[in-house]
Amino acid sequence: MEEFFLQLTNGLAVGGIYALIALGYTMVYGVLKLINFAHGDLFAMGAYLGFTLLVSLGLAGTLGKVAAVLLVIALVMGMVALVGYLLERVAYRPLRNSSRLSAVVSALGASIFFQNALMLVYGARYQVYPGDLRPEGFFNVMGVEIPTVRLILFGASVLLMLALYWLINKTRIGMAIRAVAIDQRAARLMGIDVNRIIALVFLIGPALGGVAGVMVGLYYGQIRYDMSLLYGLKAFIAAILGGIGNIPGAMIGGVLLGVIEALGAAYISVAWKDAIAFLVLILILIFRPTGLLGERVADKL
Amino acid sequence: MSLLRLNNLTKTFGGLVAVAGVSFTVSEGSVVGLIGPNGAGKTTVFNLITGNYKPDSGEIFFGDRSIKNLPTHKIVELGIARTFQSIRLFQEMTAIENVLAGCHCRMRSGLFSSMFHTPGQRLEERKALERAMRELAFVGLEDEHDNQAKNLSYGNQRLLEIARALATEPRFIILDEPAGSMNDPETAELIRLIMAIRKRGITILLIEHDMGLVMKVCEKLVVLEYGAVIAEGTPAEIKANPRVIEAYLGADSGEI
Amino acid sequence: MSRKPFKRSYRAAGLILALLVFLLLPRFLSPAWLGVTNDVGLYAVLALSLNIILGNCGLFHMGHAAFYAVGAYTAAILNTMYGIPILWLMPVAGLLSAIFALIVARPIIHLRGDYLLVVTIGIVEIVRIALVNDVFGLTGGSNGIFGISRPVLFGFRISRPQHFHYLIWGYVAISAFLFHLLDNSRFGRALKYIKQDEVAAEGNGINTTHYKQAAFVLGAFWAGMTGTIFAAKMTIISPESFSFWESVLLFAIVILGGSGNIFGVLLGAFLIIGLPEAFRDFADARMLIFGAAMMVMMIFRPKGILPPRMRHYNVQSLLGRFPQIINRHISGDTENRQPQSAGDAS
Repeated sequence: MEEFFLQLTNGLAVGGIYALIALGYTMVYGVLKLINFAHGDLFAMGAYLGFTLLVSLGLAGTLGKVAAVLLVIALVMGMVALVGYLLERVAYRPLRNSSRLSAVVSALGASIFFQNALMLVYGARYQVYPGDLRPEGFFNVMGVEIPTVRLILFGASVLLMLALYWLINKTRIGMAIRAVAIDQRAARLMGIDVNRIIALVFLIGPALGGVAGVMVGLYYGQIRYDMSLLYGLKAFIAAILGGIGNIPGAMIGGVLLGVIEALGAAYISVAWKDAIAFLVLILILIFRPTGLLGERVADKL
Repeated sequence: MSLLRLNNLTKTFGGLVAVAGVSFTVSEGSVVGLIGPNGAGKTTVFNLITGNYKPDSGEIFFGDRSIKNLPTHKIVELGIARTFQSIRLFQEMTAIENVLAGCHCRMRSGLFSSMFHTPGQRLEERKALERAMRELAFVGLEDEHDNQAKNLSYGNQRLLEIARALATEPRFIILDEPAGSMNDPETAELIRLIMAIRKRGITILLIEHDMGLVMKVCEKLVVLEYGAVIAEGTPAEIKANPRVIEAYLGADSGEI
Repeated sequence: MSRKPFKRSYRAAGLILALLVFLLLPRFLSPAWLGVTNDVGLYAVLALSLNIILGNCGLFHMGHAAFYAVGAYTAAILNTMYGIPILWLMPVAGLLSAIFALIVARPIIHLRGDYLLVVTIGIVEIVRIALVNDVFGLTGGSNGIFGISRPVLFGFRISRPQHFHYLIWGYVAISAFLFHLLDNSRFGRALKYIKQDEVAAEGNGINTTHYKQAAFVLGAFWAGMTGTIFAAKMTIISPESFSFWESVLLFAIVILGGSGNIFGVLLGAFLIIGLPEAFRDFADARMLIFGAAMMVMMIFRPKGILPPRMRHYNVQSLLGRFPQIINRHISGDTENRQPQSAGDAS
């Protein structure tokens, strides 16, 4: 039972991270009907920028650990959001009116570009996050010692998701985003600046992905340039699991996938851990292609 | 004898009822028009017949065979061809290659003979090319055979779709707004073409907003409104039907 | 009309030149460089087989390394365990890949472009993980399989790069020729129709599901056969050779070279596999540059360096061959229509 709780909390912590990345996929898909393959690389970029800021600026010494981490997260969010914005301007906007598949190839190109840029800048080896920043200690829940860092990570991702949920559902900007997702032309006719909304989505999604990158660095302590691939794919699978384009779906899908994976690794096989997510993907696409919360829509002829 | 029989056909999308219990028949060798205001469910009926949509309930008989659960290509093989309301040609290909698509289902070459160009395959290709050329000539596009589909005028693109459909050797052809975006001389030519198709013994069902054309070529009209049949009869009967005049023609009665 | 003989002789000259290069290249290149051109050849065949799926049929398949791996491992296992000559195993390996493709493609074939892309990435990852985990105790885990024997052709043992040059590029030539024939056939056309408009293809009597699946099976068959040659050339294979990145490379070759155009794909193989070898300093940055190239190309040249050419059908020669049939029908039909129109108007 203790093993189960440990794996469950591990799954929740990782699942929260998947969910944060998945939100970027699902929001972009919502407004552009495009899978932003480069999103996983923006996440990795967040991890590396966080690494650079924490190591080179030595903020932890002057500000204290908590303040330093929070400041770094804020900076990373801003920087990755900027990159996301530029990505949309350079690689996707010129293709808005060409075939969907051209945009997919461009997204793939962007992903390959970013991943290799990270490798050229930081090298192909693992980079180690400052170890003393990771919250140590355990939290006792019903006799089970659970690492505090897991609870903090899960709590942080839930907080960010609640903030996003509020933004999307309770503000005028959120309403505009939802309108653009439903019908771009109608939204434009209602006076919504569609380009601005799409740009905004490319700021919010990457910002959340960047945070997830720093969280992975803090949690696992080491990062590598090709982490974008597995995390990106898994987060994307989480988005499909929840129903692509559906924001609460991405949250639920992410957490669910994290838990399935952690429990699968513990009780089935560690060696096959990375295959579990793909199996989930194939099963969901065969049996419920719209995802858990997605609605079935008729294909327009 | 009826070649096509729809029996209480129903199709809903989400909560929206697009087709509500439609029944009518098309007898062999006739030209039947399906008319009604925009959004009445005409194209949905077409898509149900051709298997693009599966009906929620009801039956579709072609001859005496139920076709409602067959995939589209099987239905084409049985002898039902169609054109599309929004032109769906293979835009990057030449006119003749478009028509060859229609020949596909009457050809037999498999992977092996296709890869090794066996004598049988080469003979079949030649025959298909002849057939395609013949259908192009039939619609009057023989001089355009080497032009890209996207470079043809809209009227000619519609004709090319008809040639492609005819190349499937259908017994029954469904035309979705064939006169759409055609000018008057083109429409007159189209009327002659429809007569010629009929003369080949092919039964025709068409959707068309051009009432002049419909009244000229159809011997029977079926009027659809809100997904249901509100009237059925000869053009003269439909013209005189008060329900049709009220429900449908009232809006733009100028056309009749 | 007058252009045609010129074009034909142009093509003949090209073929003779290619044949000369093929025969004489080992005289001019060092074994190391022949190693590079041999790699280019292997990638070229793989990309040609992917081109059937991705270029001709328009299916976004990024798991081609999985089929390649199944073929290479089949050949390696049967060769090392039972000593079956490696070249005999080409059809066997191809067949096993094809069966594998048939099984995995069946449930995913209806998926739309981008979804298919992700699922095929998933398949290649699952295959790689299975190989690393020594599935069935046959694949040798992450060390792979070694001691694969060299191919023997008519009693001649192929072992040095210049020998492989003839084997590989002969295989490239045969494959390219057969795929060219396939392009110009009922089967090849069906794939092209599906790529351009699946609904219209199905609506004109083409069994789209069947052909999409057939494209996968044929592409996998060829990738499996190529895997056999790869295993024989390396004599040792391991899961690393079949990673996701191999699939990306193949994908990039087809997309950048010109999806659906055989010459485009061959050119793509030279540019993406050969060029980085020529500029060693550039090798590290090659994926960076390909990534950027993919973005730029989609904006300025979305169909690749050599886009597929429109097929012209030579109807004139056909008319010459069957003058009575065609001409009668053409004139007959137009005549038929004229009186009818007259009758209609009256």
